[in-house]
Amino acid sequence: MIEDIEINDLRLLTQLVKEKYDYDFSNYAISSFKRRLLRILEIYKFDTFDKLMVKLRNEPSFFKEFLSEITVNVTEMFRDPSMWRELRDKILPTLFQSHESVKIWHAGCSSGEEVYSMAIMLKENGWLDKAKIFATDIDHSILSKAKEGKYAVKNMHELNDKNYFRFGGKSQLSDYYKIEGQNILMDKKLVSNITYMEHNLAGGIAFTKVDLILCRNVLIYFNQNLQNDVFKLLHQSLFNYGYLIVGSKETLVWCDIASKFITVNNEEKIFKKIRD
Amino acid sequence: MFKDKFKAIIIGGSAGSFQVVVRLLAELDEKMDIPIILCLHRLKHVRNGFVEALSIKSKRPIVEPLDKEKIRKGVVYLAPANYHLYVELGNQFAISTDEMVNNSRPAIDLTFDTASYVYKEKALGIILSGANRDGAWGMKRLKERGGYTLVQDPEECTINTMTTAALNITQIDQVLKTDDIIRFLNKELC
Ligand SMILES: C[S@@+](CC[C@H](N)C(=O)[O-])C[C@H]1O[C@@H](n2cnc3c(N)ncnc32)[C@H](O)[C@@H]1O
Repeated sequence: MIEDIEINDLRLLTQLVKEKYDYDFSNYAISSFKRRLLRILEIYKFDTFDKLMVKLRNEPSFFKEFLSEITVNVTEMFRDPSMWRELRDKILPTLFQSHESVKIWHAGCSSGEEVYSMAIMLKENGWLDKAKIFATDIDHSILSKAKEGKYAVKNMHELNDKNYFRFGGKSQLSDYYKIEGQNILMDKKLVSNITYMEHNLAGGIAFTKVDLILCRNVLIYFNQNLQNDVFKLLHQSLFNYGYLIVGSKETLVWCDIASKFITVNNEEKIFKKIRD
Repeated sequence: MFKDKFKAIIIGGSAGSFQVVVRLLAELDEKMDIPIILCLHRLKHVRNGFVEALSIKSKRPIVEPLDKEKIRKGVVYLAPANYHLYVELGNQFAISTDEMVNNSRPAIDLTFDTASYVYKEKALGIILSGANRDGAWGMKRLKERGGYTLVQDPEECTINTMTTAALNITQIDQVLKTDDIIRFLNKELC
């Protein structure tokens, strides 16, 4: 078993992937990227790094799987319940008061738990019909999962129900799904205002202008150079006085665009764009 | 003997380690001017309170690092709830929501592995009391990369599964009771 990956091999791999598939991973954070690569070597039982390189070079169909495995998809519904409360009680009331319709972008939405959480919260407060939600991710197959809205029963009980309870929702999470064997299926009525799309934050192309961006636990997989670029892109994609929410242990204060935002809530990492 | 040799102390602990960590932070000499990186198992959904509890008696500031935060000397860093904590090249931390390892997030194995990759022989790893096997593999990696390994005496541990697991797969440099860990570090590192 391979226990470590040389920096030079990393470089060769990101070069190959860039040239052949036009995805740029050269600015992903190294420890995490290495760990995901080691995991791929293990899953596919490659006993040398070169075998992975050969497969990437010769089998374009393998790249999809590679993309799925290299990204970390772990997510939860109502992750950080206190952030969702803040959103419900402070941020969204102001947005919906001043806007006919509010555009929300989940950048790096993974399997969609965060998006369903949003839809549920919007619905409980009578906002769902006035909202337009975009949910994007780099990983095509995880987006299919998001659209399907099918999750393991086990996760619902151990994690999501409890988060929802801590958030203090108006009913019970189980009102929004039905159980089918080992899985649950989310209520499709929740998602009529949601558009799922493939989008690569590292591709440099802005998305569309929105009033609120959630980009949580995505930028942690990038190095500071790429974070800097992506924060610029997120800034571009926000209307003035729009909000950006990142993960509870992330910040934009070290980035070039820091001065174009103010901190609305430091504990929950909610920022507001104050100038172009 | 080890004065100026180490660039960081990395400590892993679980059940029964809290009081030991409190004592270390209270009694380690302030002259020991290196970062202390703590990866302690903790409740996933409780974000606040741990730093405060550890801070009461600590001589050094304690923080949960943000992603890509610079690592500073003399500061104690605590792995945040529900994230793995990595030491990244370029003297900074990175965090991750990657799958749990040994049923744990943060996982001691990952903090030790990444820290020893960066600090090599300048890493000092300590495993304390705990009820699972997390940290054993990380200690092995740390030792293989030339770091110095120290384990709390299993006899003294509230639960010794973790220390025993570490001892089973690695030739550990020192096995010491809390008093002696403190004495050793204060004597040898200052
Ligand atoms: C850990 S999940 C975060 C899910 C959710 N936002 C949360 O906080 O629970 C990270 C997601 O970011 C996506 N991602 C990674 N790199 C990306 C990129 N360059 N562009 C868009 N999405 C990316 C991954 O595919 C993954 O689904």
